Amino acid sequence: MERKKTIVATASLAGCFGCHMSLLDIDERILSLIDLVDFNKSPINDIKNFTEYCDIGIIEGSCCNSENVHALKEFRKNCRILISLGECAIMGGVPAMRNGIPIRECIEEAYMNSPSVKGHNPEMILPNDPELPMLLDRVYPCHEIVKIDYFLPGCPPRADLIYSALEALITGNEMKLPYEIVKYD
Amino acid sequence: MSTNGSVIRIIIDGKEYLSRSGVYLIDVARENRIFIPTLCNISGVKPRGACRMCTVSVNGRYMTACTTPVSEGMEIKTNTPDLHDLRKAILEIMFVEGNHICPVCEKSGNCDLQALAYRFQILVPRFPYSFPKRTIDAENPLLVKDHNRCILCKRCIRTIKDEQGRSFFAFRKRGHKLEISIAHHLKDHLNKEIAQRAVDVCPTGALLKKESGYNIPISERKYERTPIGSEIESLKQSVIGDQ
Ligand code: SF4
Ligand code: SF4
Repeated sequence: MERKKTIVATASLAGCFGCHMSLLDIDERILSLIDLVDFNKSPINDIKNFTEYCDIGIIEGSCCNSENVHALKEFRKNCRILISLGECAIMGGVPAMRNGIPIRECIEEAYMNSPSVKGHNPEMILPNDPELPMLLDRVYPCHEIVKIDYFLPGCPPRADLIYSALEALITGNEMKLPYEIVKYD
Repeated sequence: MSTNGSVIRIIIDGKEYLSRSGVYLIDVARENRIFIPTLCNISGVKPRGACRMCTVSVNGRYMTACTTPVSEGMEIKTNTPDLHDLRKAILEIMFVEGNHICPVCEKSGNCDLQALAYRFQILVPRFPYSFPKRTIDAENPLLVKDHNRCILCKRCIRTIKDEQGRSFFAFRKRGHKLEISIAHHLKDHLNKEIAQRAVDVCPTGALLKKESGYNIPISERKYERTPIGSEIESLKQSVIGDQ
């Protein structure tokens, strides 16, 4: 009988997609991964909605707006194991550099005052479409919003770290953490 | 009681060592190729015992190895599971207490704080991030002070001095607002060479030199492949190998 494949879902919240790129950096090992894993909701295959309960959810990026919080809670509901992948998911990362700066100042800088927009927004319009997600008061690490089971640091996390974690979770063997693969940059 | 300088016997991690009484435990350990993690300590400069990273068990009591002179019969444990966890917790506190965004830090890869976190394989701190509001001060023509990354170890204050022994750096403000400052009356004497020494002595990316940066390619950074402390321990290997 064929062994049931592990179902993996992934999401990129307030991140740069670098963690997902690093996932693809496992090179030819992706072939052996494909034998063991099926991807559900993920930007890699563009599946938009969960179609079944997943074994592993991988989250890149932190929560900077209401949409991120919603997506993260959906993942928690639909995944047995949730992993924070990368610095942004773990500690806010570069987006969290805005923590401590008042939100109005951030928005005015982005749409009115920074050198690249100055003079190009004469009516001084700030994004106000009700469809747009609300920015949060600050950027939140994922584990401050939902329970996270595992953390894989790096910016991006080394492909070997991601592979080693997935392999361990799928096979049930202990995860290998050689010195070179746990880095914060 | 032994007088300072007399030969004594101590036990470190179950092994007997000879030393001279009065020498700081951290130095005895280092001479014997035993790595005890430190952050605020600098060889040859009066220790301060501020960061508590070097906490060891001396006759069952926790003491900082950098401020404890050895004496006859001391029984020291440098690396029990409890000590390991205590040190890890201290590091985690430092990470949540400031704003350490390593991906955008120039010191990354060469930073002692980060290197210790790597050695302890900290994947996430157990404490909540505090995201304090801190400033970056680039007023000095040679140095940038990034208060987000300062761990208040005082290494700069304690080592960077003029010929008269006056410190170029000082603390200002109080409590959680405490921060490092460049002494006003000396700032005109702060030249490139002194600035470089300050940057080198700072264990974090809190002091950075202006007009240069990212000089070391990523794969060649100090703690890229070998953990902090292995320079002390690897000598142990070769000494054992030679015997
Ligand atoms: S000072 Fe060290 S720990 Fe802090 S952000 Fe820079 S590299 Fe990371
Ligand atoms: S600036 Fe650097 S050396 Fe000075 S107290 Fe802060 S961390 Fe320590």
